[in-house]
Amino acid sequence: MTSTVDRDSDGMGRGAGRDAQALDSLVVRFAGDSGDGMQVVGDQFTAESALFGNDLATLPSFPAEIRAPAGTLAGVSAFQVQIADHEISTPGDAPTVLVAMNPAALRANLGDLAPGATVILNADAFDERSLAKAGYGVDPRADGSLAAFRVYEVPMTTLTVEACKPTGAKPRDAERSKNFFALGLVSWLYHRPLESTLDFVAKRYASRPAVVEANLLALRAGWNFGETAELFESSYEVPPTRLAPGTYANVTGNTALAWGLVAAAHQAGIPLFLGSYPITPASDILHELAKHKQFGVTTFQAEDEIAGVGAALGASFGGALGVTTTSGPGIDLKSETIGLAVSLELPLVVVDVQRGGPSTGLPTKTEQADLLAVVYGRHGEAPVPVVAAKTPSHCFAAALEAVRIALTYRTPVYLLSDGYLANGSEPWLLPEPGSLPVLDPGFAAARLEGAAGSDRPFLPYERDPETLARPWAIPGTPGLEHRIGGIEKADLTGDVSYDPANHSRMVHLRAAKVAGVARAIPLLEVDDPGAAAGEPAPLLVLGWGSSYGAITAAVRRLRVRGRAVAQAHLVHLHPFPANLGEVLARYPKVLVPETNLGQLVKMVRAEFLVDAVGLAKVAGTPFRIAEVEGEMLRLLDGGARPSDRDGGVRR
Amino acid sequence: MTTTDGSVQLTTRKDWSSDQEVRWCPGCGDYSILAAVQLLLPELGVARENTVFVSGIGCAARFPYYMSTYGMHSIHGRAPAIATGLAVSRPDLDIWVVTGDGDALSIGGNHLIHALRRNVNLTILMFNNQIYGLTKGQFSPTSEQGKVTKSTPFGSLDAPFNPISLAIGAEATFVARTHDLDRKHMMETLRRAHDHRGAAFVEIYQNCNVFNDGAFAAVNAKEHRDDMLVPLVHGEPIRVGADGRRGVVLGRDGRLEIAAVADVGEDALLVHDESRDDPSLAFMLSRLARGPFEPTPIGVFRAVERPDYAALVAAQLDAVRAQRGTGDIDALLRSGPTWVVDGAPG
Repeated sequence: MTSTVDRDSDGMGRGAGRDAQALDSLVVRFAGDSGDGMQVVGDQFTAESALFGNDLATLPSFPAEIRAPAGTLAGVSAFQVQIADHEISTPGDAPTVLVAMNPAALRANLGDLAPGATVILNADAFDERSLAKAGYGVDPRADGSLAAFRVYEVPMTTLTVEACKPTGAKPRDAERSKNFFALGLVSWLYHRPLESTLDFVAKRYASRPAVVEANLLALRAGWNFGETAELFESSYEVPPTRLAPGTYANVTGNTALAWGLVAAAHQAGIPLFLGSYPITPASDILHELAKHKQFGVTTFQAEDEIAGVGAALGASFGGALGVTTTSGPGIDLKSETIGLAVSLELPLVVVDVQRGGPSTGLPTKTEQADLLAVVYGRHGEAPVPVVAAKTPSHCFAAALEAVRIALTYRTPVYLLSDGYLANGSEPWLLPEPGSLPVLDPGFAAARLEGAAGSDRPFLPYERDPETLARPWAIPGTPGLEHRIGGIEKADLTGDVSYDPANHSRMVHLRAAKVAGVARAIPLLEVDDPGAAAGEPAPLLVLGWGSSYGAITAAVRRLRVRGRAVAQAHLVHLHPFPANLGEVLARYPKVLVPETNLGQLVKMVRAEFLVDAVGLAKVAGTPFRIAEVEGEMLRLLDGGARPSDRDGGVRR
Repeated sequence: MTTTDGSVQLTTRKDWSSDQEVRWCPGCGDYSILAAVQLLLPELGVARENTVFVSGIGCAARFPYYMSTYGMHSIHGRAPAIATGLAVSRPDLDIWVVTGDGDALSIGGNHLIHALRRNVNLTILMFNNQIYGLTKGQFSPTSEQGKVTKSTPFGSLDAPFNPISLAIGAEATFVARTHDLDRKHMMETLRRAHDHRGAAFVEIYQNCNVFNDGAFAAVNAKEHRDDMLVPLVHGEPIRVGADGRRGVVLGRDGRLEIAAVADVGEDALLVHDESRDDPSLAFMLSRLARGPFEPTPIGVFRAVERPDYAALVAAQLDAVRAQRGTGDIDALLRSGPTWVVDGAPG
């Protein structure tokens, strides 16, 4: 699907010398040692493409070790980005371009490539020692194992050192700019504008002018190499996407989530207090929030996960928006305090950026395997609403929604993200200025002595008849002094009570309150083009969280092939939207793909007695489109459903 | 409490007592601590609505229920963490943490030391009875080695913490000890702790008459109290014994010793200086007794000034606001590179 477009050739950043061929999409993966700066150049290639106007989605992948031994498979860090001239929802199943800075990077990524993919190698790194470190007995460039690919060998280290000579830097230092050489070359090859990278380099390394100079020289050298080396038959272009009009920014999930929390507190007119302990992949939310003190944001880096949530709950008691951010291991540690928050009935937002488990598991890899833990994982009857983001930019809206529920119902709320959303990015159509909803903390009013009503005792557990929420009576408010705690409370007064009937009433009240959240959330929408004409699809794909991208793309592919499939995606995991049972009953077949062993599917089977089946993946990576597409096709074409012994889940 | 004209009324103990029935065992030392606090608060000129008691789990932790202030009875060991969040977000409040030796030093040890080193503006009362009372009599982190309890029928093997040493080691800016048999000393010590800006740690020897009766009798029983408790008075020589004929001196080997004044001379007595920035002498004083069976210092070991954590947090927020103005959400969302897509919607 290529055609030739003419480009002006007015110098670097404007167009290459030869004609460029148009592509409808491109999946590039930059791979090198974890110290090679692959994330930096991946980010910059993404920024260039965003500003060019492409739709895009990214997938960074890096080892948990900060510096694994150089040149080994364990130390390979990669960044994948898909750019397209149409709307896309995933970073792509298989890279069409691989930039490999050493043999290990080639070996670790070769198996993922699309047939006929372009492979750009740093030829300088293919010496005997590096080949051995990567586990190559024979040079893969010589044994035919790359025959299926279009391979370009570029001596990037040598050319970078040569280009940086004017700076007087030692070769050892100069060669560190080779990632920018690679970026310059790939930017030329795919017609990316370089302005954002020039700007980035100047700002990022402002305190080290020599580094700025070296990086810019390397970047130019890479670009010019593409232009002049006659190595490449052609250059390519991915024309801008026709996105909805408006202002866009490229955001990662962690940034969008942090901004959503800031915006929510701002819209509620209360300070944001984050109590957090550093943990991958959630720490960037702490880092981002720490930058924004002008919004009245306090970030408290606590001594441990328990103190992080404890301090957040204490701040909520005082009338702030208490938030804690963590990943799976932190969720385990915070559970007791979240149970306390259930009993205290105070607002609290607990962000779980999920990663592979159990235990330390896969800190830098993604998984959706905490769902059952956050819905059910507390002792006693301790219901907590759960909201899950579905794309990086959706983290913003999901954060606002989690805060809305927490404030309205005086309850802890789980907000689920995952490593894929946290570090992945996509263009985000920014909300119009002034369009965000206003939230109301609804603090209980003071009862001054002698004023009307001050003779009636204050009842800290008297509930709003609609929401069943109790008053948020914050210290400093005269006349509302009261004591709360984790011991069962008497209805209305909040006094300590061991009365059996009271306990039963309070358990039911707390459950009813959380169940009632469903009354104020949107009904689940089903995307089923044939339904309006009375021809609903035979299969519904129900998703939650970050599998949205792959499911959406797979559904699109099947529809292009004329197959009818319905899609629905849950943002509210507890309670479910009020119509979920009715939606599920409408479809003879329901498929639930999730990157765990079948958690949502277990919930819907248990709750609605429907014969939904699951598609499980637990590889630390998101679904590929083809994986979801394949299972949908199999079910559509009458393939056997997974056995009940496996909980109806294909694992 | 505050009236409609905004003034703080004069109050009595009754105003600070809640309507809840106090449920500690008859004869428990906690009663006298509760009385001391309820008698002290009317003297402090603070408003009931601005006062908060936060506790964890244990017998001591029931304390907030008996106060007519704001209060939170939280979970085991976490009161300092929860109170830290409250203190940082609400520097206007007067926050007390009530805890026990198990709550503060065992399950909550981490939170305690970090609240102390950050100098969070909290008044922390640690009721030390050297036993787990609420769970009916297991040894605690302050129990003496060899203690026979339900969980240690052949004697405890654990070496105990010295809470005063621990607090000083954790960079606490105010460290004091008092005991439940001396209301006047308790009230005076708690008043000092309350007035201290920053984290104030007070160990209160508290008798558990059911599971560890008489744990401190060797030092605080009325008949030999004057001989066994060593009052620390700022600016005064540290004397030992009712007759004042012995005192604390810095020995030649660098250790503190108790010596006869007649032998060493009046000038050799160590003059207590609670405001010494260097904590070494306060730490040595905390080691003067190996346990509550030797002459034991009570009073304020250390009271030094250091900015409290909430004030530092607030100052940083103010400084950023002064520099950048108050936040604008729309500007935040557009703070990175953005691009505009034109065209009719569709």
